[in-house]
Amino acid sequence: MRVNFTVNGRPQEADDVWEGESLLYVLRERLGLPGSKNACEQGECGSCTVRLDGVPVCSCLVAAGQVEGREVVTVEGLAEYAKQRSRGGSAGTSLDEAQRWAAQGTDSRTGEGTGSSPRAALSSVQQAFIDAGAVQCGFCTPGLLVAADEMLEHNPDPTDADIREALSGNLCRCTGYEKIMDAVRLAAARQGEAV
Amino acid sequence: MTSPTPGLARAGGAPIGAPTKITQGSQTKGGVGESTLRPDGTLKVTGEFAYSSDMWHEDMLWGQILRSTVAHAEIVSIDTSEALATPGVYAVLTYDDLPTGVRHYGLEIQDTPVLAHGKVRHHGEPVAVVAADHPETARRAAAKIRVEYRELPVITDEASATAPDAVLVHEHRTDHHMAHVPHPNVLHRQPIVRGDVTAARERADVIVRGEYTFGMQDQAFLGPESGLAVPEEDGGVHLYIATQWLHSDLRQIAPVLGLPPEKVRMTLAGVGGAFGGREDLSMQIHACLLALRTGKPVKIVYNRFESFFGHVHRHPAKLYYEHGATRDGKLTHVKCRIVLDGGAYASASPAVVGNASSLGVGPYVVDDVDIEAIALYTNNPPCGAMRGFGAVQACFAYEAQMDKVAKELGLDPVEFRQLNAMEQGTLMPTGQRVDSPAPVAELLRRVKAMPMPPERQWESSEGADVRQLPGGLSNTTHGEGVVRGVGYAVGIKNVGFSEGFDDYSTARVRLEAVAGEPVATVHTAMAEVGQGGVTVHAQIARTELGVGQVNIHPANTEVGSAGSTSASRQTYVTGGAVKNACEIVREKVLELGRRRFGAHHPAWATAELLLEGGKVVTDGGEVLADLVDVLGDEAVEVEEEWRHRPTEPFDPRTGQGDGHVQYSFAAHRAVVEVDTELGLVKVIELACAQDVGKALNPLSVLGQIQGGTTQGLGVAVMEEIVVDPKTAKVKNPSFTDYLIPTILDTPTIPVDVLELADTHAPYGLRGIGEAPTLSSTPAVLAAIRDATGLDLNRTPVRPEHLTGTA
Repeated sequence: MRVNFTVNGRPQEADDVWEGESLLYVLRERLGLPGSKNACEQGECGSCTVRLDGVPVCSCLVAAGQVEGREVVTVEGLAEYAKQRSRGGSAGTSLDEAQRWAAQGTDSRTGEGTGSSPRAALSSVQQAFIDAGAVQCGFCTPGLLVAADEMLEHNPDPTDADIREALSGNLCRCTGYEKIMDAVRLAAARQGEAV
Repeated sequence: MTSPTPGLARAGGAPIGAPTKITQGSQTKGGVGESTLRPDGTLKVTGEFAYSSDMWHEDMLWGQILRSTVAHAEIVSIDTSEALATPGVYAVLTYDDLPTGVRHYGLEIQDTPVLAHGKVRHHGEPVAVVAADHPETARRAAAKIRVEYRELPVITDEASATAPDAVLVHEHRTDHHMAHVPHPNVLHRQPIVRGDVTAARERADVIVRGEYTFGMQDQAFLGPESGLAVPEEDGGVHLYIATQWLHSDLRQIAPVLGLPPEKVRMTLAGVGGAFGGREDLSMQIHACLLALRTGKPVKIVYNRFESFFGHVHRHPAKLYYEHGATRDGKLTHVKCRIVLDGGAYASASPAVVGNASSLGVGPYVVDDVDIEAIALYTNNPPCGAMRGFGAVQACFAYEAQMDKVAKELGLDPVEFRQLNAMEQGTLMPTGQRVDSPAPVAELLRRVKAMPMPPERQWESSEGADVRQLPGGLSNTTHGEGVVRGVGYAVGIKNVGFSEGFDDYSTARVRLEAVAGEPVATVHTAMAEVGQGGVTVHAQIARTELGVGQVNIHPANTEVGSAGSTSASRQTYVTGGAVKNACEIVREKVLELGRRRFGAHHPAWATAELLLEGGKVVTDGGEVLADLVDVLGDEAVEVEEEWRHRPTEPFDPRTGQGDGHVQYSFAAHRAVVEVDTELGLVKVIELACAQDVGKALNPLSVLGQIQGGTTQGLGVAVMEEIVVDPKTAKVKNPSFTDYLIPTILDTPTIPVDVLELADTHAPYGLRGIGEAPTLSSTPAVLAAIRDATGLDLNRTPVRPEHLTGTA
């Protein structure tokens, strides 16, 4: 079958889709967007989390045919999605300002990216995950970023219990979650500061 | 004096055994000791980082493995005709299709068939492989392969393995352990005997005996086993793969394919965690075979169900301990027997036995010991490497024993441990003298001194916040029946490969001027599995070469072996190799400078020179030249192997020998709250104190300690692969039924880092990745015992163990 839907703001058409294929498979193998991850393919780990018409879902549990005519945002489009949101002001924060705040940090410590900085392109949650050390192997990271960004959209000042509850569907095996907590707190603080 | 380290010798560096120079002494931004950020961080947060399962190639096929549905059986027949006839299927291979006489592989003993031959020995053993143009087509075709099994009795534990009439799991063993094992179903046995336990027992005022059971833990790395094999024009193959050790894979793959090693090119694809589970081969050979057979690129990606069958697990164990102590709190002796279930194939079991035995009494001074560790061959899933590697199971048992002895003596459990704590200079049960800091008592003091989390944190003005309570959002209690407990534990882990293994690494470092800037490139075959080795390599290069810009070359087999990303060893060993190569590059650059500019300034000949801030400077701070001017058009490049101090094998009868390179220590304090009515546990806080020698990257160090701690928490209260003892079949191969800690299950993990330099190691560092996984589990168990008063002797603890309904 053919599936037409919007991914990260761009219309996409996937041909020869077998009815049993998941949204995750179509994103990864047909559209060249492997950022959404395949850690369990049974809806337990959250590594494939995407926004479907704004709602965070496990894309491994969504049949490709179900997304016909709908809008999907993946980790590849998260920075742009956050930028659009900040322009629309729907989340009440200016992401542009948040990014400037982040870029001022005392440490461009790796010596990388000193030229044409890729950092400016990242959303505040993405930048916070790097800065706080929340990324190790990184396989859980895309799903966590989409879930954390969604939480901060409707809960810009979360308590620790709120963060844990919102991210409880995303497994991480490397970090013990402490740096992930730090990252989400940092992203919330930077967004708050940028208001 | 001959040095086994050509790099060091040629660099005019220190001989083996002498303190390593801490650094060239320059202060370079982004160097060693700073929390520099990951060079792959941006790619990983944008989804662009290419993991092994993300590999894609035009016209690629998908491989699928058919696995045995029974644990132990003779294969009567395999019929692949229907599978082969399926449209879209390009190849179906069984044992008979293997191209050469080399049809087995293994880390130490080549006992694992690439595809089952005549017999399957465990549930989920690979029997056939299929290549098709769509993964679902491959799966369905694999399901059409008809395999007729004649089932055999299953060997599942020590009793069934060593019974007089036991079926032999491997009927034609020829490996080198055969000579010293009591039964052919015992894979390896390592006794360690020092002093006189019988005499020491006479001096004991109290004797405590205990039996302990450790469940089978899974590494549960999130990135599934996967890779892409691309056939090449010269008849070879290029494999893009997630692994812990490229060259170990290569050594096992090439003979099976019938190719010389240089025709099997390997590139590390992005690795989604490892934790020991990628030391053994999984789909590597299968993908290469299918690619060579079909002439097309072949991708294999396990799903989570298959992943549970596709890699070895942590050995489940039975542990039998006897501790004796005098009334004043001094240990008299330890006698123990550790039975590890190695499952159907050898994997890393012999080395796990070596660790379990040599570290079996823990970080304590005990002069009289009688230790025996064995690994069994059974029909259970194969077990091998997992973070902590044999030391984890022992720590769970000896720390439970230490609490029991303290209780018998009426002593505080922390004070009792401190009374018996080893220190620098202590003799291990193997007779090896611990010759670097061993701050066991201090770590316990520190972890005990950390502030306690407040009581009844769930209470708020709006009533109980159930998210803070055992049972959480299941809303099973608002605080009724909830009691708190506190427990302590400490552990000892070896760092690096032991028992005489030639444990080296290789680094290629290049320094050149690019667009007016000095740029260093570091090329190793080290598997970056998430630990942050790539971050640290760049820091080392900055510190040693005084440059800002460092490129990390992708890891592949075009450079020499880096050894395994295992045993807490990579920062030590490949970090050491990078440091060593940088030092040689530095000497060559200075030589170049002397040739070009020596006549211009006497300091070139007389002063000690450093590379700092992209310049050559004297130790007095005078700038002699810009690096780019010294280099000109020349690139200075070296590739060198580097070795740590050699180790010795353990004596097969007494276990004596300087078997380990370095020891690593961590201590934990667990605070738990238990709903005693429902048997639900919430770990409130899991504090850790660890000596790291030198934190090359403090942020990454914390990440390792917190991650390791959480894996220990998991096996304490939830993680276990359940194998049916009647059929040896796995009952819970999914994240629905095999639970790992979520962010709700994981508490705050405050960490106190101690940095006492080990002068034998680069920068004084200590391997850190595993020690926190050891003491975490027994600390949680001790806290649950403290809360409930129950005598808990198995892990994981389940609700029925706490409610008396087991």
